[in-house]
Amino acid sequence: MSTPYVLLGLLAAGNRHGYELKRAHDNRLPRARPLAFGQVYATLGRLARDGLVAVTGQEREAGPDRTAYALTARGRQELDQWLVTVEPPAPYVASALFAKVVVALLAADVDTARSYLVAQVRAHTDRLRELTAVKTAPSATFDDVVAADYAIAHLDADLRWLRTTLERVADWHREVRS
Amino acid sequence: MTDLQARGVVKAYGPTPALRGVTLDVAEGEIVAVTGPSGCGKSTLLHCLAGILRPDAGQVTWRGQRIDTWSEATRSKLRRTEFGVLFQFGQLVTELTAAENVALPLLLAGTGRREARTAALGWLERLDVADIVDVRPGEMSGGQQQRCALARALVTEPRVLFADEPTGALDTLAGEQVLTHLVRLARQQRTSVVLVTHEPRIAGYADREVTIRDGVVDATGLGLDLPLAGGGR
Ligand SMILES: Nc1ncnc2c1ncn2[C@@H]1O[C@H](COP(=O)(O)OP(=O)(O)OP(=O)(O)O)[C@@H](O)[C@H]1O
Ligand SMILES: [Mg+2]
Repeated sequence: MSTPYVLLGLLAAGNRHGYELKRAHDNRLPRARPLAFGQVYATLGRLARDGLVAVTGQEREAGPDRTAYALTARGRQELDQWLVTVEPPAPYVASALFAKVVVALLAADVDTARSYLVAQVRAHTDRLRELTAVKTAPSATFDDVVAADYAIAHLDADLRWLRTTLERVADWHREVRS
Repeated sequence: MTDLQARGVVKAYGPTPALRGVTLDVAEGEIVAVTGPSGCGKSTLLHCLAGILRPDAGQVTWRGQRIDTWSEATRSKLRRTEFGVLFQFGQLVTELTAAENVALPLLLAGTGRREARTAALGWLERLDVADIVDVRPGEMSGGQQQRCALARALVTEPRVLFADEPTGALDTLAGEQVLTHLVRLARQQRTSVVLVTHEPRIAGYADREVTIRDGVVDATGLGLDLPLAGGGR
């Protein structure tokens, strides 16, 4: 999970309150799932416990949304380490799409798998078009474009897989059932 | 409002059928992607719609007028005024600079030199390639060439832009930049676009996608050789 590091990174720009962190997170990562306030405070709590951030300012007693946080030296170290660490390149396939086709072939039939694949191609195509419109809008910022591009590239990869699987599903089914 | 219409368009090259009855509507300002596997007839359809090729049968109508029955001279005039075309390789005139290439369609239409040059510079600027104004195609990158070709296609402010794999020869980033410009400018001017591509990602730039398979519109929109639903093959 990268959320703790995103919060550390946002604090590297200066001290902030929890609600400011939530807003900054949602703005900088426009296509990410928006953070819940509860998640922000829980994460900050853990980071504070581990000494990566520290409560700062006068309003220590005034409740969570009045509390400002600062990045500590250890927090900075931890952040720098994360920034240079290569993520494992997709070690597992964690996709509901893939699982669903496998189960459809086991528990239902080729037509079920195929109808699902066709419907999923349509849904992916619609979403890809929506995101492309977001990024070509004259008002689009680099934040919007780069975030949309990430989502588009993944939808495009899924679409390629969905289409090749559609063409192979009958042969695949014969293998599963033999 | 439907601006451009194909009705049952048929086209063969000798014994090879390329289109076997294609019907398609393009509304004013609409961006339509034409997709489908290689050889399905996308380019042939684009050429018929743009009045470059004459269909063997069927009709092509532009703003209520049948253009497939027009003479080559009349269709050629339509292509210089209301239609613009952009191909995979920009097809710029190698002896001319970017500004001269872009100004060319205006000069052919009788616009004065100074006015044509000013318009050309304006378009190159809008496409973020003001720096290549005096550069010839041989010294441009592929992306610069395509932007220059796009400027040339738009300089006459056509009502329809026909683009056949316009980014087929570019890398991802250069291609995305050309398409983003193309879509923004088309929307700004309410220019309709017929965008031929075989890539879903590029079709995503359109409002709508029409898939061709074996010379006809594929109602499933997938362009794949699939058995009919319930066929259980
Ligand atoms: N000038 C030509 N002479 C003879 N046959 C042609 C000619 N142009 C196209 N064809 C044939 O007509 C059919 C449709 O070709 P077309 O170029 O329209 O396909 P396409 O969908 O644009 O393919 P691609 O994605 O490869 O560009 C193909 O079978 C092709 O071989
Ligand atoms: Mg073609």
